[in-house]
Amino acid sequence: MKVLVPVKQAAVLEGDFELEDGVLDRDSLDWQINEWDEFSVEAGLRLVEAAGGEVVVATVGDEDAEDALRAALAKGADRAVRIWDPVLEDADPLAVAHVLAALVERERPDLVLAGVQSSDAANAATGVALAGLLDWPRVAVVRSIEVEGGSLTVERELEGGAAEVLRLELPALLTVQTGANEPRYANLRAIKQARQKPLEVVDPGALGVDEVALETAAGSRLVSLAAPARGAGATLLQGGAEQVAGQIVEIVRERMAS
Amino acid sequence: MSDGVLVAGEVTRQGLRPGTAELIAAGVKLKEEGAGSLTVALIDVEADAHVDAVNLAGVDEVLTIGAVPERFEAHVAQAALETLIEQRRPRIVLAGHTFASLGFMPAVAARGSHGFASDATAVSCGPDGIRARRGAYGDRLVAELEFPGKDTVVVLLREGAFEPAEGAGSAAVEAVALEIADRARTERIELRDPPAGDVDITAADFLLAIGRGVEEEEQVAEFEELAGRMGATLSASRPLVDAGWISRDRQVGQSGTTVTPKVYLALGISGAVQHLAGMSKAKTIIAVNSDADAPIFSVAHYGAVADLYEVADELRRQFDE
Ligand SMILES: Cc1cc2nc3c(=O)[nH]c(=O)nc-3n(C[C@H](O)[C@H](O)[C@H](O)COP(=O)(O)OP(=O)(O)OC[C@H]3O[C@@H](n4cnc5c(N)ncnc54)[C@H](O)[C@@H]3O)c2cc1C
Repeated sequence: MKVLVPVKQAAVLEGDFELEDGVLDRDSLDWQINEWDEFSVEAGLRLVEAAGGEVVVATVGDEDAEDALRAALAKGADRAVRIWDPVLEDADPLAVAHVLAALVERERPDLVLAGVQSSDAANAATGVALAGLLDWPRVAVVRSIEVEGGSLTVERELEGGAAEVLRLELPALLTVQTGANEPRYANLRAIKQARQKPLEVVDPGALGVDEVALETAAGSRLVSLAAPARGAGATLLQGGAEQVAGQIVEIVRERMAS
Repeated sequence: MSDGVLVAGEVTRQGLRPGTAELIAAGVKLKEEGAGSLTVALIDVEADAHVDAVNLAGVDEVLTIGAVPERFEAHVAQAALETLIEQRRPRIVLAGHTFASLGFMPAVAARGSHGFASDATAVSCGPDGIRARRGAYGDRLVAELEFPGKDTVVVLLREGAFEPAEGAGSAAVEAVALEIADRARTERIELRDPPAGDVDITAADFLLAIGRGVEEEEQVAEFEELAGRMGATLSASRPLVDAGWISRDRQVGQSGTTVTPKVYLALGISGAVQHLAGMSKAKTIIAVNSDADAPIFSVAHYGAVADLYEVADELRRQFDE
């Protein structure tokens, strides 16, 4: 069984970020692997450990995004692919899905496991958009996966904690939810060994995706970023911890009495 | 040229999703801004039963697509929307940013090379064309998006972003026959209710809620003790439940429980939209977070930019008195 897991190096906005004329200073960002991808990587590793095969991790990102790939390799993924061209900076989920679709055509995995969403943009769209482009069956927001021959049985999360158990045929795509498993940690030796594992860097052109196609595929363009309007906002409780707690005690006593 | 607004309403087993009236409100606004006529489509075996509820002031046309499987099936829904978009060429398609639509709307947008924005909090149609707004970097900033060169733009709206539309309308109603019932690609084996738990957090008047600001599993017991001392019930955000530190019946949010206590005291919770969905209607919300930009402060009535451990220690002391 061959599993392809697209991962993302997600941005974390620093406390003292700089925003000027609607443009964010890139130095205001820290990077870490997208929380949801910890679970999709783990799900892929477990399936392949049980059934044999290969886990390929892929990302659409610049050199810094290799951290996410190396982390997955250290946990046991077999090889990694990074696709990049500077025109992909700020790419929207549909453009990313378009690039990933070209990679899936080349790799022909049995299963693609994406995260439900990314922690920075939270579009919750790339995986299902990719399945659409491939015309593959898919299920979004999955919390358990079983493979039996050529079919999958998955538990799809619903609102309020309910779930729907579904069966579908391979090849398929699933978006994996947090809590689906317990992601492993890589030990130091594995982290070192991961440096020897293959990490291929390709540009979209090599996968047959040119700039015009990317522009057509993109679903949106960023005009500007702004700090949110806070509306009425919260009344700020002033003072040190002692004063803050004192005010909380007062508010609670008053509200609970009414 | 494309024209008009197509609202994809959502019918669940509980009936018409309340958010549908919010989508219609957004559609009425876009219509007033010149986006064209407003059509509401209901794709469900029981679509006919909900026609009156979506025939609201400003709606020009209601379409019912009833020849579909009895349960929601994402690939069938995709085929329905694709066919409707092809036949009617709307300028804007509106749907909710819900569990159901996440299973197919991104596929519709990608396959049609349409414009696309999910979890949008605003949408407009003006001299600059169609624009949408959505959160960025964990809702700590707001992004404005444009859709150059797109005939059709698909926008998934965050629930609560618009006040629901009201007032009876006079729309033309049409049952549309689409050959899509056989497009299902998943088979339902079972529907599972949420596991029954020991605690009913909806019954509590005072909830102490802890989030990922709490760093160690061992500390959860200390907060449980604090909750007891304050007369509160302990609840949590999802990551603590996912990690197995606290039971699922105590999870607040979209995929957990929706609560409306008299007081909700949140310690170390950032305020992700899925968490807010479960607690924003609490009567009094007090948030303690060390990050002044945390989105939880936008729904809180009282906020303290402070370390949760220091505040918790003081609460422990002061509730003893
Ligand atoms: C489909 C779907 C469904 C979901 N359903 C739910 C749901 O039902 N419920 C839910 O909660 N989430 C849900 N989520 C997850 C949600 O998106 C967030 O990931 C989650 O709510 C974050 O939890 P948190 O605020 O505790 O953690 P974080 O976002 O990590 O926030 C931790 C906060 O603690 C603060 N902090 C850290 N240390 C301290 C300190 N010492 N003192 C004070 N503050 C501190 C930080 O500043 C930060 O704001 C869902 C996600 C998806 C995609």
